[in-house]
Amino acid sequence: MEKLKFERPVISKINAGVPDKFGMRTFINPVTQIDGIPVKDIIDQYGSPVYVISEKTLRSVYQEALHAFTTRYPKVQFAWSYKTNYLNAVCRIYHQEGSWAEVVSGFEYNKAIDNGVPGNKIIFNGPDKSAGDLKKAIENGSLIHIDHFDELYDCIQVAKDAGKKAKIAIRVNMDTGIYPQWDRFGCNYENGEAWDAINKIMPDESLELTGLHTHIGTYIMTPAAYAVATSKLAQLAVRIEKKYSHHIRYIDLGGGFASKNTLKGAYLPGTDTCPSFDDYAEAITGALNNSDIEYGHMPALFLETGRALIDDAGYLLGTVLANKRLANGRRSLIIDIGVNLLFTSFWYEHNIAPAQYHQNDYEDTTIYGPLCMNIDVIRAAIMFPSLNKGDHVVISRIGAYNMTQWLQFITYRPRVVLINMKGEVEVIREQETNETMNMLDVVPKHLKRS
Amino acid sequence: MMRLKQNIVITETGFVFDSDTGDSYSTNPVGLELLEKLKANVDMDEITAQITGRYDVEPLQFQRYFDDFVIMLRHFNLLEDTE
Repeated sequence: MEKLKFERPVISKINAGVPDKFGMRTFINPVTQIDGIPVKDIIDQYGSPVYVISEKTLRSVYQEALHAFTTRYPKVQFAWSYKTNYLNAVCRIYHQEGSWAEVVSGFEYNKAIDNGVPGNKIIFNGPDKSAGDLKKAIENGSLIHIDHFDELYDCIQVAKDAGKKAKIAIRVNMDTGIYPQWDRFGCNYENGEAWDAINKIMPDESLELTGLHTHIGTYIMTPAAYAVATSKLAQLAVRIEKKYSHHIRYIDLGGGFASKNTLKGAYLPGTDTCPSFDDYAEAITGALNNSDIEYGHMPALFLETGRALIDDAGYLLGTVLANKRLANGRRSLIIDIGVNLLFTSFWYEHNIAPAQYHQNDYEDTTIYGPLCMNIDVIRAAIMFPSLNKGDHVVISRIGAYNMTQWLQFITYRPRVVLINMKGEVEVIREQETNETMNMLDVVPKHLKRS
Repeated sequence: MMRLKQNIVITETGFVFDSDTGDSYSTNPVGLELLEKLKANVDMDEITAQITGRYDVEPLQFQRYFDDFVIMLRHFNLLEDTE
């Protein structure tokens, strides 16, 4: 006799009158494939956990963003934010799409050069630029964004020593109506510090003021804040035109566009609340087009968008290590993805889905990573179906920051693979090994075995 | 040995009612079958033999599910020891 299909036994307490906040039942669609490649096949071949980047998504999101801005303003230039994801393959895809490089350290600067970006298409941000970094940037004609006065003086000195003119922009912080106001980078607009800096730069023959830059914050949900920032930079540009008859070449609005991830504590999911590229573009280009900048000298619009461009293209695939009941009866799941690989789990409620069809028995579940650390919590509370040891899970929208802020901790960092435009899977970063980890260690002579 | 408390009412639709506390629960068909066996004081080995004989599930896998089910029954205070 053929055996009956088995279903895992479940029992749950009935709590009358407490539907979820949307009055909907919970259902998580399994993510069984990415760009047509079965998740199971990727894990079988490349191990678990493994990062996956979809080239198709990466390029299409970039084109969507570019379209939103170029249909509203004629001169738009994106610069790929290296700190968001500086895997060489990823950077090169953006550069192929026409993006420049935006770097914030000597290390990232060298990476951009190695990725074939011409020096004059590198924007150099950040508060830490050594004299050597500045010298290289000046000689290559890179756009140096001055963060503070000490850096300005360094830049003047290095440019004089090199006998070359430094192309610089002033980084401006300002009140755009959002909280918290970011004021640690650049010179302040409202208290006149930014104008003071400009008045030091303009007469100096070793410097050429090419642009004005601001980075108002991160995960900005209010496009109107960008309109305020654009207007304030435009007012500075007009003031420079009036006083010095000098036309700046670009206005750089930095990054900060939100991705569709859901922030911890948010009532509604990010997919419902995240502004579109069109929303941001409308606010920024509207303010620029309506500004008093002389019509024949409208500056180019630079954007250093990172998170919103790449988050959707990244996935982290993993495997269930164990099921466990906590002391209060709550279900918990241990997976092989820890916070060391998913740094963004500290601020997002990440989408996590089974990679196979599952039984419809959802329970409030805590999902832990594999680290022997109490803080290793991927989701503190999620209605999740029961999975078996060895089942796979997919965490989506993880393309931003996780492959740069990841921590080598307790175990090796895994492979990163790219699903290319042809639907082929290629390794773009190898897994660390014991050899990788020991490479930089130095054992003093007296501790070596004789 | 454990069994389901005798005051627990189980209906054929999987509705479970604890007359001591007034709490009610919902279980699925396999859960219902297990509750009935626990109420009838069937021992663990016999339950495993019966379930794995009728359903397409390996004994070790069933043991995992059953252990988890029992933890929840204990958590809801629906079991009592018979010895």
